[in-house]
Amino acid sequence: MTDHPTKVLVVEGLTKKIGKREIVRDLAFEIGQGEVFGFLGPNGAGKTTTIRMLVGLIRPTHGQIKIAGYDLSNQFLEAIRHIGCIVENPELYPYLTGRENLEMFARMVEGVTPQRITEVVQLVELEERIDERVKTYSLGMRQRLGIAQALLHHPQLLILDEPTNGLDPAGIREMRQFISRLAHEEGISVFISSHILHEVQLLCDRVAIIHQGRIIQTGDVHQLLSGEPPVIWKVSPLAKANQLLQSLPDVFDVEILENESIRTRLPQNKIANINLRLIQAGIQVTSIEQKKPTLEDIFLQMTEGDSLA
Amino acid sequence: MPNFMGLIYNELLKMVRKKRILVVLLILAILIPIFTYAQYRTVQTNIQNLGTSDWKTLIQQQIVDNQNRLTSSRIPEEWRKLIKISIQQQQYYLDHDINPTSPGAPTFIRKFIDQAISLFLPLLIVVVAADIVSSEHSGGTIKLLLTRPVQRWKVLLAKYVSLILLVSFIVTVTALLSYLISGLVFGYTGWNMPVLTGFDTQNDELITQGVHLVPQWKYILMSYGLAWFACTAVATLSLMVSVLLRSTAASMGTMLAAIIAGNLLTQLSPSWTTIKYFVFTNLSLTNYLSGTPMMIEGMSLPFSLIILCVWSIISLLIAFTVFTKKDILA
Ligand SMILES: Nc1ncnc2c1ncn2[C@@H]1O[C@H](COP(=O)(O)OP(=O)(O)OP(=O)(O)O)[C@@H](O)[C@H]1O
Ligand SMILES: [Mg+2]
Repeated sequence: MTDHPTKVLVVEGLTKKIGKREIVRDLAFEIGQGEVFGFLGPNGAGKTTTIRMLVGLIRPTHGQIKIAGYDLSNQFLEAIRHIGCIVENPELYPYLTGRENLEMFARMVEGVTPQRITEVVQLVELEERIDERVKTYSLGMRQRLGIAQALLHHPQLLILDEPTNGLDPAGIREMRQFISRLAHEEGISVFISSHILHEVQLLCDRVAIIHQGRIIQTGDVHQLLSGEPPVIWKVSPLAKANQLLQSLPDVFDVEILENESIRTRLPQNKIANINLRLIQAGIQVTSIEQKKPTLEDIFLQMTEGDSLA
Repeated sequence: MPNFMGLIYNELLKMVRKKRILVVLLILAILIPIFTYAQYRTVQTNIQNLGTSDWKTLIQQQIVDNQNRLTSSRIPEEWRKLIKISIQQQQYYLDHDINPTSPGAPTFIRKFIDQAISLFLPLLIVVVAADIVSSEHSGGTIKLLLTRPVQRWKVLLAKYVSLILLVSFIVTVTALLSYLISGLVFGYTGWNMPVLTGFDTQNDELITQGVHLVPQWKYILMSYGLAWFACTAVATLSLMVSVLLRSTAASMGTMLAAIIAGNLLTQLSPSWTTIKYFVFTNLSLTNYLSGTPMMIEGMSLPFSLIILCVWSIISLLIAFTVFTKKDILA
């Protein structure tokens, strides 16, 4: 009956125009069951706009969104039933207690029992403060209540917009563990937007990279994000080393930095080999430093890849 | 529809917990005693000025006052007509031995709604109604509300139904509070006192053909029914403005300005008859019961009811269309 029985979310040709501006263009991706999918892009890339379309808050200009096999625009009720979401900040009713907020949303879906409310409250570890007003909650607690609200009706897909935004390191770690547990123990698919590469690497199985409203690449996190991080060489003499590095086949983006060092990009397994070549050429290597790639590095790499091809 | 009852319950819960209703009740609880005292003072002053508590002398005095005003040449033509009609009406009370100001709590609540229907009650309604949708936008909770398996029109309908329940509550509480509070001063009797109604105006003449007496309780029921109708129209327009404007301050400001403008325009420019098609010049529905002549020509009870209905229906159409279609962008 459905095109993708195991796919929780299928997006095709998704485009949104506001006025004359195309905010996102021709997005396509899929999320399988129990998969954590990262949506990685810098500020203003169009992540939130995409999420608003996925949860039916805004209407796509073109394209199709299928959730659990149901078309979001034609079968809104069936489709939205399988989604739990937090769009941007976890904004709940501040003048109600945490429990009253949950009860309110429970009344809007069929089949959420009082036991289920207790269950999700335990899951997000909010038992102690659940009967206090939300305006007394910290950001971390609001975020957790937001998640409780999103999980209330047993959704198949959880959509989170930068869920670690504003949390402290401990909170971030907790949130990550929580999301992994949901996906890997409860089989819930998770869609997470983020602008932090590291976070996506830690959490996600697959990733789509979005830049200026378009997906530049989609794929397995480890294939996509772990390749060719920048390597900084402290060497002397500088000029000779530069010349040699430029000539080697596996090394690219060779650039002399101000502090007497050279930045290159090369596959990790080639570092030892290149080091040997430098030493053989009589160049002194005082340090080799492998940088963690940033989102910018990835973009640089990908756009270069495009221009080469 | 258990689901829909749940939605209404949610809306009522939010209203109660936001404490706006409490503010409205407080305003009523503070202002009604003040109005009671003002009414008491008026009665006392009149008695003092006349040196008698005899209402017949009072009315005769009022007729003389009105006739004196008529002789002044500086009065505009529209006012002159009004005064003439008032004199006719007062004469009628006198001729038929009916005391229009007979004190007592029921008389107070009848007079109170006469005064409150065009401005005071509508303002209270706006205070609770103007943020019903806009607050969901400014609080960001609209994102949670509209990502449930409930159609958008149902969400808005639940809000509208709750709003009408709230209007009914406020109108009832106004009647109850004014009865209880004013009764302390004026006494609680007077429900069966006969009151004149059925006045009509045609070509500046007060038509007294249809005039008849009804017991005061019946008159009060009719008055509060009309007040409920006027307030529902105000609530319906507030709903639309609240859907259209995302900030609560903006929607409340717009509604307050429109209601006050409607009141001022009627006072300032009775010769500009086009304004009778404006919704908020038609709020003083109880004037048709008491025979207080309308300022603007061509207004009648059916006319005002139709104008209020037409504006309400158009507002609802706009509110529902926009709410179900619009993109929730921020
Ligand atoms: N209502 C709007 N009208 C016009 N442009 C808009 C509107 N909302 C968003 N945009 C534009 O769309 C682009 C994408 O915005 P969006 O909020 O989706 O980005 P984002 O990826 O979520 O960014 P961030 O990481 O900052 O949250 C931005 O350039 C923004 O200026
Ligand atoms: Mg965003």
